[in-house]
Amino acid sequence: MLTDWQFIALFVVLSPIFPAMPVIINHLLGPKKPNPIKQQTYECGIETVGDSWVQFKVQYYIYALVFVIFDIEAVFLFPIAAAYDQLGLFAVGAAVLFIFLLGDGLAYAWGRGVLEWV
Amino acid sequence: MEFQVPSLNLLIVLPVLIVTGWGMLLMLAEFFIPEEKKSWAPWLTMLGLVLALIQTIGLWGYNGGTFTPKGGAPMVVVDNFATFLNIIFLLTGILTVLISIHYLRRTGLDRPEYYMLLLFSVSGMMLMGMANDLILVFLALELLSIPLYILSGFAWPRPDSEESAMKYFLLGAFSSSIFVFGIALTYGSTGTTSLPLVLERISDAGMLGLVATAMLIVGFAFKVAAAPFHMWTPDVYEGAPTTVTAFMSVGAKVGGFAAMLRVFVAALPQLGEAWVPAVAGVATLTLIVGNVVAIVQPNIKRMLAYSSIAHAGYIMIAVAASVNSPDGVSAALFYMLAYLFTNLGAFAVVIALEHKQGEGVMLDDYKGLGKRRPWLALAMAYFMLSLTGVPPTGGFSGKFYVFRAAIEADLLWLAIVGVITSVISGYYYLRVVYLMYMYDGEGEVVANRALVWTVGLTALATLVLGLLPGPWFDMARDAALQTVQMVAGG
Repeated sequence: MLTDWQFIALFVVLSPIFPAMPVIINHLLGPKKPNPIKQQTYECGIETVGDSWVQFKVQYYIYALVFVIFDIEAVFLFPIAAAYDQLGLFAVGAAVLFIFLLGDGLAYAWGRGVLEWV
Repeated sequence: MEFQVPSLNLLIVLPVLIVTGWGMLLMLAEFFIPEEKKSWAPWLTMLGLVLALIQTIGLWGYNGGTFTPKGGAPMVVVDNFATFLNIIFLLTGILTVLISIHYLRRTGLDRPEYYMLLLFSVSGMMLMGMANDLILVFLALELLSIPLYILSGFAWPRPDSEESAMKYFLLGAFSSSIFVFGIALTYGSTGTTSLPLVLERISDAGMLGLVATAMLIVGFAFKVAAAPFHMWTPDVYEGAPTTVTAFMSVGAKVGGFAAMLRVFVAALPQLGEAWVPAVAGVATLTLIVGNVVAIVQPNIKRMLAYSSIAHAGYIMIAVAASVNSPDGVSAALFYMLAYLFTNLGAFAVVIALEHKQGEGVMLDDYKGLGKRRPWLALAMAYFMLSLTGVPPTGGFSGKFYVFRAAIEADLLWLAIVGVITSVISGYYYLRVVYLMYMYDGEGEVVANRALVWTVGLTALATLVLGLLPGPWFDMARDAALQTVQMVAGG
């Protein structure tokens, strides 16, 4: 019992060191020849157009909410699909019920007019 | 590994299925009902709840479980304990719908989502009483809470309603996470989340089991609003629409105690030496804080919020007594039944006086009610007496059984604390009566038929529980017996 916990304690101590080491070693060993172009913020190679603090339309939050429906659907249906041949009729019923529950939520959102862009 | 289909008996969980299914149906029905028939929504909700109630009453005496994995214990149990609590939850739902109908219309909150969320929350409460597995307790807790977070913010864009929802959500999420940590530690120390198996293995769990128990106590104490975890209650109860406050103050609290009794009495009695003093301490603090702070509240919703904290303390006494006294659980069940009628009745009167949203909820608005609406004032006075615990009321019988159980369990000092704080509570409850009869005042009272019916029915039920508590207490005893047998059998 206790030895199991020792591993976790060890893990807690060691786990921050591993990602930190490359950064620190890089900092210590790498040559440093700064110039203005090197100091710029790197952003996908393309210069930003305008201010990066733009306001996103608040309507996107509804899309994020509806997206959760499909997200959950995918997360739970993949395991069922992976073990489909061993599960039998019970799992089919459970999956259908699950999809029905999510569909109910989607239908509600649809009926409220959430899917229309205003 | 071969997949094993758990054994199912959907018939015995039919009440929960009806309530959930009805909620989902209402979700869609909204789009097919023409605008002028929207007023059907509350009555449709009521129909669903009554159907579930009939089903539930039919299950009285049934003792069994379902969702049983092969070689394991059932995740859902239906025994008299669960059935008794389900009746309480369904009655709470029905009475809440009755007091909501007119209130929502006159405050402009009449959106169909209200009833749908109410149904989902009731289904969560019902699962709290039936859950026999810590994972299911957690799921039920969330199903109960999440609709309540939305409902308490239902009066948006009124800022205090939004504030109420925000506070409730943040603290609710925080307490849920502590609760989950408790479940995780229970699993870590026993290797199972199933309550009967936890019962078998917890005595070997050592220190980890104690830490898990402490976290479960904190999680439940948050949900039932026991001191020192009660800070959210007054603000949330004050800001939420009054009907939602009424529903929360009974439903969410009883839901929390349902799971608490099941977990602590059915799974953790061996650790009783550790958790009974803790629960007794929390009860003492809750009684003192709730009753003393309620004295200075000028707003009746805040006063009833502190009063509901105090009543959580009385039920906590019964929880603390439940290990060493055979009547601890039944006293808690009876107390919750009496509290349901008394508190919902008092809130129905509060709603009658709240002529506009957030207006008419100060204690001064009750001045002269005795002359303006004598019957309503009489009912309110009776509810206040019941909350104080004066015979012949349901509140008195409830307190009597709770204190008797405490004395049987060698917790005499706790019973004394309960009696003293009851006397203190008389000050602020009876002040309402004093204001109603000894002053003159004017103010609008909006009492429609459904509200008057609710007040009448709850007053009658409180009276019956006060005059003839015997048969109802025997019922509660039948309900509690199952849990105690489980302890003995384990």
